Amino acid sequence: MTLPSPPMSLLAELTHRCPLSCPYCSNPLELERKAAELDTVGWRSVLEQAAELGVLQVHFSGGEPMARPDLVELVSLARKLNLYSNLITSGVLLDETKLEALDKAGLDHIQLSFQDVTEAGAERIGGLKGAQARKIEAARLIRASGIPMTLNFVVHRENVARIPEMFALARELGAGRVEIAHTQYYGWGLKNRDALLPSREQLQEATRAVEAERAKGGLSVDYVTPDYHADRPKPCMGGWGQRFVNVTPSGRVLPCHAAEIIPDVAFPNVQDGTLSDIWNCSPLFNMFRGTDWMPEPCRSCERKEQDWGGCRCQALALTGDAANTDPVCSLSPFHDRVEKAVAEASEKPELVYRRF
Amino acid sequence: MTDQSCVAEESVLSFARGHRLQHDRVRDLWIVQAPEKAFVIEGSAPHILRLLDGERSVGDIIQQLANEFSAPREVIAKDVLALLSELTEKNVLHT
Repeated sequence: MTLPSPPMSLLAELTHRCPLSCPYCSNPLELERKAAELDTVGWRSVLEQAAELGVLQVHFSGGEPMARPDLVELVSLARKLNLYSNLITSGVLLDETKLEALDKAGLDHIQLSFQDVTEAGAERIGGLKGAQARKIEAARLIRASGIPMTLNFVVHRENVARIPEMFALARELGAGRVEIAHTQYYGWGLKNRDALLPSREQLQEATRAVEAERAKGGLSVDYVTPDYHADRPKPCMGGWGQRFVNVTPSGRVLPCHAAEIIPDVAFPNVQDGTLSDIWNCSPLFNMFRGTDWMPEPCRSCERKEQDWGGCRCQALALTGDAANTDPVCSLSPFHDRVEKAVAEASEKPELVYRRF
Repeated sequence: MTDQSCVAEESVLSFARGHRLQHDRVRDLWIVQAPEKAFVIEGSAPHILRLLDGERSVGDIIQQLANEFSAPREVIAKDVLALLSELTEKNVLHT
């Protein structure tokens, strides 16, 4: 039997702790506590094993990865292992001294998140007073250091109209790249879907704003669309267990950051097995790998190796079975559930904030 | 040829910050690492990019490759300038 091809990217969720409490946080509803986190030795081993396995890029994420005092040591090790290191941060814990240490350790890139362009909008989502000013200061420091920077804006119904101002802020702050990412509806995002999902008109306006900015040139724009308005699913994670591996703060190894909702399967942990064994042999990683697991309409679909059946977590959340076709697909027998969600997303319920 | 990126034989190029050439040992491929992506480079490209050290000029690189591969200089020059111009336009390389 041939082994699956090795992963390209590692998402290292160093901690779930974070000073912000965004209601669309990509962390699971059951957050892992500090006491359960892998120690430095544990994370060093994860990085060494990842490089050995074939990972090329490591994304240090969280929670807020800067809450970990060993971040600089881990970045330095990543560099030594020839792993390209990306820090995904809110920027609120960043200062000149810390940035200089990360720079010296060989950090390759920083993705700095913004919740909005206005202070009120940012505080309504992140829940931290004064965060916007700290983020702008962080962006200035990063710019001055020369470390390449991407600004990330998660967009939703409340801030989607301000995309042109987001681009203006990115240009003003000297970012080389901007990511405009529509909220993904898993975990906390799913809990708040009715409050966050934009209308079709809002989506069209957002897409126009992105295209207009791309036409100007000089700024590289990544655009992640909300698949509730699509009729074909996204190739989630580039296919289950094909390109991407996620390690949670406590060392659980997952094919995507939302996979802990999948029922009836054991979640492997780096404390109990090697990353290589987990990637190649664990039931979790082989559960939806390739195309053998697929039901109809995926099984006979010509797009099955393009979208890989879409997202397993979305299939589970909306149809009750992770092995169903992603209901975003108009060929899914459950597609009406997505249409219903879109139709119902105008009642403006209160936001439920992320908390332990 | 429309040359908007202004890469000439006198140019001295290097990788822009956040980009680097790397051999992927596991897959036996040459790749360029870039912000949040890595792309595979093939054919003559790794030979060319390995010579970028921020000191050698593009002309020196062309000459060295012409010697190494015993190929006509103008053929090598065309390939080298095309590749380096493209990567400069994409901000992977800079002067």
